Amino acid sequence: MKAVAVECIGIGLAYGTNQVLKDITLAIQPGEFFALLGPSGSGKSTLLRLIAGFNQHNRGRLLVDGRDITGVPPNARNIGMVFQSYALWPHLTVYDNVAFGLVERRVPRDEIRRRVGDALALVGLSDYAKRRPNQLSGGQQQRVALARTIVIEPQVLLLDEPLSNLDKKLREQMRLELKRLQRTLGITTIFVTHDQEEAMTTADRMAVLEAGVLQQVGTPRDLFDTPVNRFVAEFVGSTNLLPGRADPARKVFVATGLGDIPLAQHADGTALSIRPHALTIAAQRDARRLWFDGLVQESEFLGEFTRYEVRVGESTLTADVPHLSSTPLYPRGAPVQVGIDTAELRVLA
Amino acid sequence: MAATLGAEAAPRNTVAERLQRRFGASWRSLLVLAAIAAFLLLLLIVPVGTVFITAFRDGDGSFTLGHFATFFSTGLMRESFFNSLYVATVSVIVASFIAVPLAYLTVRFEFRGATLIQTLGVLPLIMPPFVGAVAMQLVFGRSGSVNLLLEDHFGFSIPIMQGLTGVIFVESLHYFPFILMNLIVSLRAIDGAMEEAALNLGARGWRLFRRVVFPLAMPGYLAGAALVFVKVFDDLGTPLVLGQTNLLAPQAYLRITQVGLEDPLGYVISVIMIAFSILALWLSVRVMKGKDYSTLQKGGAGIARRRLKPWESALAYASIILVLLVVLSPHLGLLVLSFAKVWSYSVLPDAWTLSNYATVFEDSSGMIRNTLVYCGLAALIDVVVGTAIAYLILRTRIPGRQWLDFAASAAIAVPGIVLAIGYLRTFQGVEIGGVQVTQVWVLIMLAYAVRRLPYALRSCMAALQQINVSLEEAAEMLGASQWRTVRRIVIPLMAGGILAGFVSSFITAAVELSATILLVVKESQAPMSYGIYLYMQSVAGRGPGAALGVLLVLTVAVGTYLSHLLVERANRTLEPKR
Repeated sequence: MKAVAVECIGIGLAYGTNQVLKDITLAIQPGEFFALLGPSGSGKSTLLRLIAGFNQHNRGRLLVDGRDITGVPPNARNIGMVFQSYALWPHLTVYDNVAFGLVERRVPRDEIRRRVGDALALVGLSDYAKRRPNQLSGGQQQRVALARTIVIEPQVLLLDEPLSNLDKKLREQMRLELKRLQRTLGITTIFVTHDQEEAMTTADRMAVLEAGVLQQVGTPRDLFDTPVNRFVAEFVGSTNLLPGRADPARKVFVATGLGDIPLAQHADGTALSIRPHALTIAAQRDARRLWFDGLVQESEFLGEFTRYEVRVGESTLTADVPHLSSTPLYPRGAPVQVGIDTAELRVLA
Repeated sequence: MAATLGAEAAPRNTVAERLQRRFGASWRSLLVLAAIAAFLLLLLIVPVGTVFITAFRDGDGSFTLGHFATFFSTGLMRESFFNSLYVATVSVIVASFIAVPLAYLTVRFEFRGATLIQTLGVLPLIMPPFVGAVAMQLVFGRSGSVNLLLEDHFGFSIPIMQGLTGVIFVESLHYFPFILMNLIVSLRAIDGAMEEAALNLGARGWRLFRRVVFPLAMPGYLAGAALVFVKVFDDLGTPLVLGQTNLLAPQAYLRITQVGLEDPLGYVISVIMIAFSILALWLSVRVMKGKDYSTLQKGGAGIARRRLKPWESALAYASIILVLLVVLSPHLGLLVLSFAKVWSYSVLPDAWTLSNYATVFEDSSGMIRNTLVYCGLAALIDVVVGTAIAYLILRTRIPGRQWLDFAASAAIAVPGIVLAIGYLRTFQGVEIGGVQVTQVWVLIMLAYAVRRLPYALRSCMAALQQINVSLEEAAEMLGASQWRTVRRIVIPLMAGGILAGFVSSFITAAVELSATILLVVKESQAPMSYGIYLYMQSVAGRGPGAALGVLLVLTVAVGTYLSHLLVERANRTLEPKR
């Protein structure tokens, strides 16, 4: 099966004056595993449903394999979707659920039997064909929903919060299985999630949405290492944002209450982002970092690392310090030195 | 890439696709909408409108309030008006005194009587109230079993079946389950934490019930009470059988049958009856507007059940059994009467016989068939129309779709006799293929369909509301058209609700008399309810009438039970097992 591209060109959607999606332009490559990441209400599910044909955009164009599918009803799109609730039909057996789309396509009965069998085998549920959905566990239901969708060989596979209804252990297992399945089928896959860890571990590339606006598109590493704005910096991973003003001429960031912080390259903006794991807590200063005096306000021991809330001047910084058995712990109220790795700083608008 | 984009960018824009996008509807659904609108217009709106117009029209066609002036200046009419209000109001009060304690008992306390009380709810539904009235006269009447026993042993009697009191007694015993059932639903929806909070702050016993529990259950109580008021206000059979004609419904009937279809007073009475039905229903909604405190959160626990102490339990059972005996007395009386050779001035019949049943099977098998045909077809129309309206309202955005719901639901406020009068007036002299429309049985069936549509519509709406839209979207996504999705997913998933709607339409149509009595033009058209009424006119006919009544109750009871089983089975497959 040939993998296809999905392109959104200037897509906008408004209900009255309420703009749900604003000028979304996005190109998803053939065969890509692509994540739409955003908080609830960001428009990510709306965009997914729009690609499926359940919502209609009022502006822009939506291309699948180079063809504009604006206005084409969902049943004529050949785009498969796995719903957050799975949406398995309770009155049909697992077999009939999976066979549904093939029956609608008037596929001969023998072929239906073969293809349903293959799809169920692919998700490891061959023995469950005669069961009803309510006799299956959450994970099994999801596999049925997946089998039901891929059996029709859709051009594009859409997954709406596919892992949100599973418990943690099962979630991690299904995540790996989804990736394996997607690689096997080579199908262009778009999935929606509010969980940045899920998006980063699964997707080839991802897009971050907020308030109906596309914030940034890139590989998980791009988004984590070079976020374009405060929202992306805080939503993908966590970060400390220091207020202040960059001085591009002097190659420094003048942080409010802390003074000049030297930058590795010229940059302009009003906030400085420092990831918690780029901060060090020590009793003494050394020459490799930029140091400030701080006071420990809170410390949370998490095993692999210790999370400190440290008061530095006017700001409170979060520092994640890796923990080994020889690492010292600093109690609440302890005066400490806070070290910044200046190569890890990022100035944001 | 850019070159190909430009060439194929124009979106397709046929009329069908524009419809789909604007309204979420295909041209098929527009046709369905038009068909239903025509159905309601022809069989509900135009006939009822005709009644209104006639009531306000002078001989020369101009507007007048003169008929209303005549109505209120006629002593008999004034008396009937106030009698009707009196009977309906007092019936609601009496029914409340029976229903409220029973409802509280089942929800608040842990004991096995709950099932018995649930059964109470179905009993009156399966028997026309006027049939109950005949049986109640034999049990509670001046020379009925109870009073004969009282006379013999204690030297006094209770004149409970005399005059309007008799009507009130029969009606409140017949209709109190409407309050009971609605109240139980409301009480069950109260969050137990509400009660605990009140207990915590020091409210107990009666004060707890009066200040917290009952106000929270108010929506259910009012819905039930309004329904009882409307039903009693509209009932024609019971007063006729008890010989109380100084009420509105019997007066309308007598005017039309004895004075004629041209007599304006019949229409004035009709308008007044509709006005009061609407007023009662509107008040019950209006009073509760913005006060629907269904407080039970998902996963929350209802009111805590308390185990009764032994003496409390005995008291509870005793009261339930007493109520059950009184409620069952019409059924028992009817059964006894159907096997009686002669039964008058004695506690029990003097001799027993099966000949009543023989007579019924000989004379009236046509009536049994008529009931099955009329009510079956009417219920079928109701669920088809109900399902279609529910789908149009909940799944499309066609403008004006709410009007269908409104019109169909409004039928609940139209008394049977008013609808029948409207049909007679509207279709008077209309012929189709040389046959007078008012002469054919189809009109009776259609009257049933229109009157019972609100019940079927409610259960279809509820059934569709419970279906998650994503179940349908999944089907569309896999290539099913809207119609195929409805057929393969929506209707199978609604099956339980559709069946429940069918049954409630069927059984309530089977016991209907007030429209039937005016629309039946020859005996061969008569359904069982009308047959029973005819038999009951003469003393000699009482036995066969009772036998026919028992058959009607059995038919309806068996049907209800079977469908209950089917619905339960359907629900079991659909609900998740845990």
